[in-house]
Amino acid sequence: MHVFKTKYSVIRYFSFGPRVLFATAALCGLLVAQGCGNKDEPGPSPASASNRMDELTSEQLRNGIGPVTSVDLGEYNPDLANEGQELFKIKCSACHKIDQRYVGPALNDVLSRRTPAYVMNMILNPEEMVKRHPEAKKLLAEYAAPMANQHLTQEEARAIVEFLRNTNNNQSK
Amino acid sequence: MRKNTTNRLLIAGAALVAITGSLFSCRTTGSQSGPISTDAATAVYVPPGSYDEFYAFMSGGFSGQVTVHGLPSGRLIKTVPVFSQHAENGYGYSEETKALLNTTFGFVPWDDSHHPELSQTNGVPDGRWLFINGNNTPRIARIDLTRFETEEIIQIPNSAGNHASPFITPNSEYVVASTRFSVPIPQKDISISEYKGNFKGTITFVKADSPGEMDIAFQILVPGYNYDLSHSGKGASYGWSFFTTYNTEEANTLLEVNASRNDKDFVAAVNWKRAEECVANGSAQTMPADYVHNYVDERRIAVSEEKSGVKVLNPADCSGLIYFLPTPKSPHGVDVDPSGEYIVAGGKLATVIPVHSFSKMIAAIESESFEGVVDGIPVLQYDAVLAGEVEDPGLGPLHTEFDGKGYAYTTAFISSEIVKWEIGTWKVVDRIPTYYSVGHLMIPGGDSQKPWGKYMVALNKITKDRYLPTGPELAHAAQLIDISGDKMRLLLDFPTMGEPHYAQGIEASVIKDKQVRMFSIQENTSPYAIKSEDEARVERDGNEVHVYMSTIRTHFVPDNIEGIRAGDKVYFHVTNLEQDWDVPHGFAVLGARTSELLVMPGETRTIVWKPQGPGVYPFYCTDFCSALHQEMQGYIRVGAEGSTRPLAFSTGN
Repeated sequence: MHVFKTKYSVIRYFSFGPRVLFATAALCGLLVAQGCGNKDEPGPSPASASNRMDELTSEQLRNGIGPVTSVDLGEYNPDLANEGQELFKIKCSACHKIDQRYVGPALNDVLSRRTPAYVMNMILNPEEMVKRHPEAKKLLAEYAAPMANQHLTQEEARAIVEFLRNTNNNQSK
Repeated sequence: MRKNTTNRLLIAGAALVAITGSLFSCRTTGSQSGPISTDAATAVYVPPGSYDEFYAFMSGGFSGQVTVHGLPSGRLIKTVPVFSQHAENGYGYSEETKALLNTTFGFVPWDDSHHPELSQTNGVPDGRWLFINGNNTPRIARIDLTRFETEEIIQIPNSAGNHASPFITPNSEYVVASTRFSVPIPQKDISISEYKGNFKGTITFVKADSPGEMDIAFQILVPGYNYDLSHSGKGASYGWSFFTTYNTEEANTLLEVNASRNDKDFVAAVNWKRAEECVANGSAQTMPADYVHNYVDERRIAVSEEKSGVKVLNPADCSGLIYFLPTPKSPHGVDVDPSGEYIVAGGKLATVIPVHSFSKMIAAIESESFEGVVDGIPVLQYDAVLAGEVEDPGLGPLHTEFDGKGYAYTTAFISSEIVKWEIGTWKVVDRIPTYYSVGHLMIPGGDSQKPWGKYMVALNKITKDRYLPTGPELAHAAQLIDISGDKMRLLLDFPTMGEPHYAQGIEASVIKDKQVRMFSIQENTSPYAIKSEDEARVERDGNEVHVYMSTIRTHFVPDNIEGIRAGDKVYFHVTNLEQDWDVPHGFAVLGARTSELLVMPGETRTIVWKPQGPGVYPFYCTDFCSALHQEMQGYIRVGAEGSTRPLAFSTGN
């Protein structure tokens, strides 16, 4: 499992909660071009992001938008899958069940529908995915609850993919 | 005529376009370089989506809290509950926070908080913590500035009216406390008319630099005066702290007359380095004194420890510990300039502002230029320690802050103005009216060794006509004044919460990037936490029921609970499983006689609920969390007392 060094977590990723998303979604409608953001603040620029919908590359359409460009799954790793299972329970299971639709879609066939990279990008970069990627947008419209960013690391997202390999109907392992 | 009107309209229209253009243009580097325009509106305008330049921490006065404003906009951005229960987030109601308000008097859910004080390193505010005093039940609180939460409160024993507090030493070694009201020490049943000689004051140094471990380092027993305000020495005067006194007459009734007779009272100069030596060499006596220390432990749960006994120094047993500097007349504020050489006292009934010299004070001590001794405390000669007097400072001078550019700014309460004067020449160079009756003033870092001398905030006691009237009580007025130029310039009025008695300010960059955005669910060590919905459960232990509940957008687990009985004591332990910034969930239940809970991502909070009769009680999320927020709800079925219905709980299906 993972080693955490501090007693209190001090997580300082730059991302925005749902209230901000709604607000920025509304703003996008109002602002024609880029607004007066804080230039020194990193983070997604929602107003401009929404306008780049049609700029998605075929690679992005296939593998999603985010830090992961491709994943070589390699041989199935049961230890990694166990780690993924534990993480899935803590970070994901409140909204996703394997075999049934819950707050979000069932995941038993997700790896037959999506590439591993897509799954990881959806975990790691959900805000941008639900705004820009046509498939993620469809899901947001269907489920209404936007995929939450649970701030997993890339390694943790990879472990969850390994867990999903083991649980998927069309076993890709 | 018509043509003129048209022209005027055209001009007005052009002006409007220009103004609109400037309003909607992006704030660029100009925003960092200060009020660049003669237009005050431009100077305080922070465009939507942009940040202020400074955090300002305002005491809540009789609200007991701290409010945080942005400068220059004056926008209120946070209320930090400190000494008062805060139903808005459950502070002082939740099981995890209640203990912070424990004292030897019991649970005290209110206080009068006067002086916020930022922690310092090398005499400069470092943005780690904010301290603030409780006046009525003598206490000092520490607020963590990565979370903007009160994390520790220590009670001050042998004290009453903790006003001259919690002014900090330059490396946050100590925060101080003292007795505005002298009292019998130790307390006893004694006639008030026997005040003189029987009532005493204390000056207390509280160890401050170790979170969770604040403690009374030592107390100094002093004559039965009123100890009013303080500031620590710095730079040249590092190792000393200064306290004003009034009522050196030791009156116990009608103080407005009886405590105003002496031409001079004192500034008490305390050598705390010397105090440390005397404590170390055994000169202090241990007095029995009970007090309570409350702190948030590593589980994020507040705990109280009862303590007993403090080290007390008698000035007669520790030579060189304390000196009195005669100071006209009923001095209020005592403020030390950034170099540490000058000690400015605001004699509220005086016609001048006396400025004492630290180096002259040391010379006077060495040459024993004393005019007397009180209770073992040498009284230095006024002329031997005086650096100068500021003449014509306005009526009722109270408090002084510094801009780091050679100038001092002193409030004059009675004449409702701030006077700017030059250190060294003691000449008034500018004055500006305030609206109305200014008490403290605040320049960010203005009581430290490195002021950010750009803005000044006047903290006014009287509001009158500054805002739309709101019945008999009015929000207190703060006023933002530009001090970047030769002439002070009024920029903005803004309302404040409670009584913004004093304030501290700090450049935003020192704090803003250190903010905690969530707590890791894996690292949640609360014994009442659940790490996933699988662990959600309801357990009975006699009449106590513990509900271990989770929240995530957008449901509770469990959300259907049965088997509760009227008369049960139900603990809702709510864990927020979210791991993203700005996604707290709230929890409120019908019939609760406490407050809601507001649970931060990754955190566990607990509220107790006692259902009074059979029925079905809904609970819901109070903090609008997602598009399906209105769906975030649940039910609890409560049977009659003695019902044998077994516990059951579920979510979905």
